[in-house]
Amino acid sequence: MRFSSYFWLYLSITLWGCSGRPGHVENIKVKGSDSEVNVVLSIAEAFMDQDPNVSLAVTGGGSGLGIAALINGKTDIANSSREITTEEMELARLQGIHPKAMVFATDALALAVHPSNPINELNLAQLSAIYRGKIKNWQELGGPDLAISKYGRQSNSGTFVYFREKILKADFAEDVISMNGTAQMVESIKQDASAIGYVSVGYLEDSKQHLISGIKVLKIKAHPDSLAISPTPLVNITSGKYPIVRPLFHYTNGFPKGKTQAFLAYELSQKGQKMAVEAGFAPVSSKYQSLNQKMIGR
Amino acid sequence: MKSIRARRQEDRFFGRLFFITAVLSVVILLAIFGMLVINGLHLFKDVSISDFLFSSNWNPGAYKHATYGVLSLLTSTLLVTFGALIIAVPLGIGTAAYLSEIAPSRLREVLKPIIELLAAIPSVTIGFIGIVMTGPIIARTFGLENGFNALNGSILLSIMALPTIITVAEEAIRAVPNSYKEASYALGGNKFTTLMRITLPSAFSGIIAAIMLGVGRAIGETMTVLMATGNAAAMPHGFFDSVKTMTATIAIELGEVAYGTTHYYSLFAVGSLLFIMSLFFNILAEYLAARYRIKTP
Repeated sequence: MRFSSYFWLYLSITLWGCSGRPGHVENIKVKGSDSEVNVVLSIAEAFMDQDPNVSLAVTGGGSGLGIAALINGKTDIANSSREITTEEMELARLQGIHPKAMVFATDALALAVHPSNPINELNLAQLSAIYRGKIKNWQELGGPDLAISKYGRQSNSGTFVYFREKILKADFAEDVISMNGTAQMVESIKQDASAIGYVSVGYLEDSKQHLISGIKVLKIKAHPDSLAISPTPLVNITSGKYPIVRPLFHYTNGFPKGKTQAFLAYELSQKGQKMAVEAGFAPVSSKYQSLNQKMIGR
Repeated sequence: MKSIRARRQEDRFFGRLFFITAVLSVVILLAIFGMLVINGLHLFKDVSISDFLFSSNWNPGAYKHATYGVLSLLTSTLLVTFGALIIAVPLGIGTAAYLSEIAPSRLREVLKPIIELLAAIPSVTIGFIGIVMTGPIIARTFGLENGFNALNGSILLSIMALPTIITVAEEAIRAVPNSYKEASYALGGNKFTTLMRITLPSAFSGIIAAIMLGVGRAIGETMTVLMATGNAAAMPHGFFDSVKTMTATIAIELGEVAYGTTHYYSLFAVGSLLFIMSLFFNILAEYLAARYRIKTP
């Protein structure tokens, strides 16, 4: 008797739950760049708050993973902190996938060292030489006699690829320690007096855009004789003075429709851009305007 | 009461059912091995076997020329596993001997479950300890810049292999017949002599099995070494070098590859090699265990 009454109660609650669903919920999978995952997640949460009929699942894993997932049909939006390669475009075409790009924010890569390191600035040539293994000791740069511990990202990271294509223009030295995520890298640099690592500047700032403690951010010179620029404050990035900046991409299969498009439009809206800035990124540069407008259909 | 016929039928039915479950694991094993090898073999259309096995440059996503030399990954895996054994075997066998021969039974009852609980710690937690604790301690102790090296991986893997080694070795030592020990005592041997000269050698086959199971645990462990060893693909020259093991390579890179590329197949080739290695250690364990098994009269 008691069991059957519980049973009916259970059944009616279940049925009520089904009937009470407010229409159809659309699930959108977003996958890729570790540099993008936090900011996209916070924008997605705000988007879901205003539209209960959409559910976004945002995960990281690296830009390479996101693009591979798009090619293999396993994600709706691929986050990528680098441009899709021609090989990947070719693979996508073979799978019947047509990647379309959008840029939603600008990211500056900061070079972080231990606070005890007396070096304050580097130029791009020195940076490249360090990561190619040509400069091995801080002494060669006027610092202490300490072998440089180079921290990098794992090879499926867009940051890894961007850094290699744009700064090194060659392979990384084989002894670069590869970290599986930005947070791990930051923790490691805090504990290593000889460390240098490249990190999205958003990860080095707290919610008020102050640099976190335990880490020193280097000023970077584009050329040996140009001015050394810090990636903070924001104006150094938006003005284009800081030399290591990159666009943050989304890729979709074909031009997006429906809720996916609505989400991408939300990211480009004032609200979305403000959240990107709060997360430590710069707003999307105006040169991507026409690309973006095609994407959101305006 | 069922008829004889019905009972026989029931026996036959369950006999077959359990035969199928027994065969199933063999089928699964063969299927996995087959899938690894078939995919792995595709690699050798683009890369020669000797380049794969004997070159130490692993850089499939290179800026210009991709290279698929597994030697440094293989060396890393063996180095980390070997280090883990150097730490875990004496500790494990010592503990097992203490538990089975020396410890009062009440203490054993407390210690054994606690040691087994060690196996319940998720590998990602151990890896985290490697980043925030053992790594910095290693760096400070040996005056290194950081603790992302093979030694860190070995220490963490030894922690993970310990419960397996202790549990299996303890059972093997306890299985040594009392008559052996009594004979030793009768000849005037003390506890220590008896343990070293009689009990441990008699339990040798079981201890070898314990060690090999520990090797299996260490060689296949992924998350911990991925987090703690720094994953630099260079050929390691010692325990203070950062290493990238085969398991970590597969875990890191399988996410980024598109299906059907050389890189994709190369990861299957690495997986096949890993499989063959653990198969080898398992067979070796079986062989040694059989060879040194005590023949009870």
